[in-house]
Amino acid sequence: MTPLTAQAAIDRYYLETRCKLIEIAANLDRIDRGDGAAGAAADPRMAKVLEALALLNRTDITTADRAERLQRVFSQQFEEGWAIPNKK
Amino acid sequence: MRYIDPHIHMISRLTDDYERLAHAGCVAVSEPAFWAGFDRGSSLAFRDYFRQLTEVEPKRAAQYAIKHFCWLCINAKEAENVSLSREVIAMIPEFLDKPNVLGIGEIGLNKNTKNEATIFCEHLELAASRDELVLIHTPHLEDKYKGTRMILDMLRNESRLKPERVLVDHAEEHTIKPILDAGYWCGMTLYPVTKCTPQRSADMLERFGSTRVCVNSAGDWGPSNPMNVPALMLEMRLRGHSDAEISKVVYDNPLAFFKQCKRFKWSEE
Repeated sequence: MTPLTAQAAIDRYYLETRCKLIEIAANLDRIDRGDGAAGAAADPRMAKVLEALALLNRTDITTADRAERLQRVFSQQFEEGWAIPNKK
Repeated sequence: MRYIDPHIHMISRLTDDYERLAHAGCVAVSEPAFWAGFDRGSSLAFRDYFRQLTEVEPKRAAQYAIKHFCWLCINAKEAENVSLSREVIAMIPEFLDKPNVLGIGEIGLNKNTKNEATIFCEHLELAASRDELVLIHTPHLEDKYKGTRMILDMLRNESRLKPERVLVDHAEEHTIKPILDAGYWCGMTLYPVTKCTPQRSADMLERFGSTRVCVNSAGDWGPSNPMNVPALMLEMRLRGHSDAEISKVVYDNPLAFFKQCKRFKWSEE
């Protein structure tokens, strides 16, 4: 299946992208304005959010796989060689 | 355009939803056994649930010219209770010859625990011994990647199950490739917040292709939209994909997977 041209994708998704980025900014502002904001900054989930935002801002990634990379930021590690029940 | 929703929990939906699905072109649904929102107290509750899936729901769907198929199991969440799970697994064969049953599902993992893995493997044993199709739930959010990799390991360990007879569901950007590379069918679930949007699903179809890929709404008792398969169809159309490409994803593919079930009957009317 052939994807849209880059220009067509910008035209079609620019406003949606803008909207979602502003939502993220507003979510972070809401956390900062709340009581206990300093403590919230130490929440490990916030570290993941900031790691994800930094990943989005990287310009050296040219593999068009940001969504996959973000998913990995928010994922537990898999350990090879775990104990499969009734291993054959 | 006609389509099939291969993963939707219609017992949790209003009859009005059947009408909306029919208006949108839905001709068949398949309904995996899942968690009811609370842990059931005994295996007798599952007997009633399996009767609902095999006797009641097909009649409700038929009022709107929709064919109803289903999958049987104890879900991953309640699989934490091993003794209850074994009672339910022992009961499943009583229902496997019902005409609308497609196989064992949606089995899988929830929090990737040892008990969940044990019961997952016991379901695989049942499916392999009865030559049944398998539909698999992968975990949510941060548990998904690890759980999907564990599931693929356990599937490889059951060599009697052919990959083309297994669908691994709820795939996202970080899990679709390992599923397809291993030869299994893959499901993408169009579900708010925790799974996949129609836009991201269309992206993955463009990136990984549509071979052995199905899409579903997983409409259930939680926040969900049973009309999300038509939403993907529109997204694909707006991107310029042809009717044939769209139909392959939403009709031909689920039909090809279902046709491997020895009980499955279908007429192209």
